[in-house]
Amino acid sequence: MAVEKKVAAGRRGAHQKWRVLTCKVGLDGHDRGVKVVSRALRDAGVEVIYAGLRQTPEMVVEAAIQEDVDAIGVSLHSGAHMTLIPRILELLKERDASEIIVFGGGIIPEDDALELKRLGVAEIFGPGTSLQAIVEFVNRGFQQAA
Amino acid sequence: MAVRKKSSREEWEEQSQAGKQPARGRGRTISGMPIEPLYTPDDLRGWSYEEKLGYPGHFPYTRGVYHSMYRGRPWTIRQFAGYGTAEETNRRYKFLLSQGQAGLSVAFDMPTLMGYDSDDPLSRGEVGHCGVAIDSLEDMETLFGGIRLDTITTSMTINSPAAILYAMYIAVGEKSGVKPAQLGGTLQNDILKEYIAQKEYIFPPEPSMRLVVDTIVFAAREMPRWNPVSISGYHIREAGSTAIQELAFTLADGMAYVEATIKAGMPVDDFAPRLSFFFDSHIDFFEEIAKFRAARRLWAHIMRDRYQAKDPRSWILRFHTQTAGVSLTRQQVENNISRTAYEALAAVLGGTQSLHTNSMDEVLALPTERAAQIALRTQQVLAHETGVTETIDPLAGSYYLEHLTDEMERGARRYFERVDEQGGVLACIENGFFQREIADAAFEFERQLEANERIVVGVNAYQEKEGSPVPTLKIGRETEQGQVRRVKAVRERRDNTSVQNRLVELKVAARGSQNLMPALIDCVRAYATEGEIMAALKEVFGVYREPILF
Repeated sequence: MAVEKKVAAGRRGAHQKWRVLTCKVGLDGHDRGVKVVSRALRDAGVEVIYAGLRQTPEMVVEAAIQEDVDAIGVSLHSGAHMTLIPRILELLKERDASEIIVFGGGIIPEDDALELKRLGVAEIFGPGTSLQAIVEFVNRGFQQAA
Repeated sequence: MAVRKKSSREEWEEQSQAGKQPARGRGRTISGMPIEPLYTPDDLRGWSYEEKLGYPGHFPYTRGVYHSMYRGRPWTIRQFAGYGTAEETNRRYKFLLSQGQAGLSVAFDMPTLMGYDSDDPLSRGEVGHCGVAIDSLEDMETLFGGIRLDTITTSMTINSPAAILYAMYIAVGEKSGVKPAQLGGTLQNDILKEYIAQKEYIFPPEPSMRLVVDTIVFAAREMPRWNPVSISGYHIREAGSTAIQELAFTLADGMAYVEATIKAGMPVDDFAPRLSFFFDSHIDFFEEIAKFRAARRLWAHIMRDRYQAKDPRSWILRFHTQTAGVSLTRQQVENNISRTAYEALAAVLGGTQSLHTNSMDEVLALPTERAAQIALRTQQVLAHETGVTETIDPLAGSYYLEHLTDEMERGARRYFERVDEQGGVLACIENGFFQREIADAAFEFERQLEANERIVVGVNAYQEKEGSPVPTLKIGRETEQGQVRRVKAVRERRDNTSVQNRLVELKVAARGSQNLMPALIDCVRAYATEGEIMAALKEVFGVYREPILF
């Protein structure tokens, strides 16, 4: 829904690239996944800004607004996803920036992923997701295939 | 025209090419080494048994570090565990010990690993999730309450704040009348691989190295049963490296610790026998076995020839192995049991001293009790039913395996040269060499998977419709709330003047060059929290920021 709004408003014309902020929130340092995904998105023509490790929700939301991104890709392996991802959504709302899409991945149990999606996360990509699937998700305007 | 008679090899080659189904397959190991369909004595021309293998317990230790290997004593089953509070984990440890386990292996939560107290804003949502939360000596006393520390060995997986947890363990022993010299165990304490791969660094590399050297020197003088560092390839591999990179970077880190400790004035044979290693056992079966064997041979040569160690105990590479977490898949989770079993077999055929087998559900969360039990039983089946313990290094002499072992050694030596050319391990961390090599290898692995050049069952072949969610272990919010209350209570109860004085003394010591262990032990005895001690050290040492690359 948010995406339709954005496209309609013409913020990204057909010639413009999607802009995505990727980041690690929480304290763990497992950055293999986020780096591989960042590279795959870049190779697919997406403008990727990788914010690095140990970003707080406040830092992520600030950077996303500053960098005028379309979406935030969050990676977590520490088990803190049910605290930190909802906090990002909350802060985006507070800053009147809810049109920024949030998606994520990492070690996140399926029932938690369902709950996060209920809260407004566009997608959670678990281990074993193909890069192709993530690239297609971004290219479709952050939507899963029907 | 005279026709030369074909050799039997040529005859076989023609037949294998001309057959209806020519030999196929990916033809490369994960490290990218070409694999021939057949190996013969031709591949080992000029190969000498005495030079390359020798006997078990003899230089260069390719066949194993002990004379009788698993005939004498099977490998140690050492399952890593820890979650929630010290009290919950203590109950789990007592259960494990009652089941005959002789050693404990402590998993700490992320705030403890990163040096934050449970009530720090950065700890929110993380307390007790990845392991047990430890804030002060009081938690450590609870964790080991009712367990006689002189009868067990304890492995602690902690790095940046390792010296503090080490000090706490020593203080717990002291309170129960066990002297430091009676304590046995292992600290992971391998900071170099944190910069390279796992990224749980805090201080810049130089002061971090000083802390590691201080623990090595302290252990060598006071604690003969303690392994002060477990030089780890596991995290390098899990971050996406190849087997050769894992082998090369890990041994390069080992050399950096040896050089730093020698530079601090300790003779090599005084500390080298207590250095230990930790490797990954991945799914590429033969390459893994070759890696373990090559590691032993390389280290023996490095210690004897490069550092002139005289004591044979300094030459031997003892190691722990964990199966590859990264090889597990979310799809068809039960398949992870068989992956783990093959990886465990490779570790045992490679001569590991101890082993942790992953639980099938660790791809989703910390393991449930049932999944952890299956992982433990997988090792017991291997140890008692398959017969692999009966013969030492049973694959030695295989044309393929020996060829592969030589190739692993050659590949690692090429990396040593590149590291030396760039000015050593710290220089390679600062210029991003290791990080770039690993990121490239990780991306290449993913690319092969996407292109179906590599098959992962259930992921890009033999897919099934997704079933219902697998049950996973949940850590409730009350864990965090309770832990926050406890650390606040400790701060109120203790003598705060004494804490402040001990922290000032620690900072003075950190600015100087003396061994920091005595000052750290004084701090933990006064119930200074981990977060407070780390904050004091950060004031002196500063914090590290890595170059961002992907």
